[in-house]
Amino acid sequence: MTLDLIFFLILALIAVATALGMLLSRNAIYSALFLVLNFVTVAVFYLLLGAPFIAMAQITVYAGAIMVLFLFVIMLLGAENLPEGEVLRWQRPLAGLLAVALAVEATFIFVTRARPAGEVAPPDAAMNTMTSIRDLANVLFNQYLLPFEVTSVLLLVAMIGVIVLIRKERRVFE
Amino acid sequence: MVSLNYYIILSAILFTIGALGVLIRRNALIIFMSVELMLNAANLAFVAFSSAIQSLSGQLFVFFVIAVAAAEVAVGLGLIVEIFKAKRSIDVDQMSSLKG
Repeated sequence: MTLDLIFFLILALIAVATALGMLLSRNAIYSALFLVLNFVTVAVFYLLLGAPFIAMAQITVYAGAIMVLFLFVIMLLGAENLPEGEVLRWQRPLAGLLAVALAVEATFIFVTRARPAGEVAPPDAAMNTMTSIRDLANVLFNQYLLPFEVTSVLLLVAMIGVIVLIRKERRVFE
Repeated sequence: MVSLNYYIILSAILFTIGALGVLIRRNALIIFMSVELMLNAANLAFVAFSSAIQSLSGQLFVFFVIAVAAAEVAVGLGLIVEIFKAKRSIDVDQMSSLKG
């Protein structure tokens, strides 16, 4: 067992444990904090895979911006806990069963059918430097320029949409 | 050397936990977090494949997914705040009427 594999297994354990913690916490704030830890673990995976820019974007956008927004809304609404009580009793065991089926099926298909190459090489020191970010920018601004521009329009539309959604309706009495 | 299969299996497990969260939780915020977890699992598979075939396109797709997720979270949380204002609850079982 190599050092890489041991490192991978420890990180995978943390990722699955925090995901389960997110799923099973009663309090929504604990769920959000578990999810932050999960996102940071995935960022470390990105570094292991030789994607430093994506790792940093993951930490700043996901663990930073998105989860702060989540925590802000949870605290704004004061909706950490919901009252107990089930409407559909059979739904939870059925969901568990279907989820296990999904996991087995997805793993089976990924491992047996969609396999391009066997191994992921550990990143060497040169991979996590500015050079790889320069290569990424080259591809982004040449091959994927149009999607990049469309993304900016998407963000603008989302911003305007939220403002319209949240704005108080002004009633005019005449 | 870590086999690509391990990354794919981890991604499948994380995706399943996210799907399970959407199915069994009733708090709309937790359901939304589970959706984020599923997006993240797909991103992990993207980067693993991109690293295995030595191509940068997978990483750029992850970049776009992150941007779309940010937009989605802004709109989704805006909707949840509106639903809370109307119903005083974010329990998805309560959202059963057609006319709010």
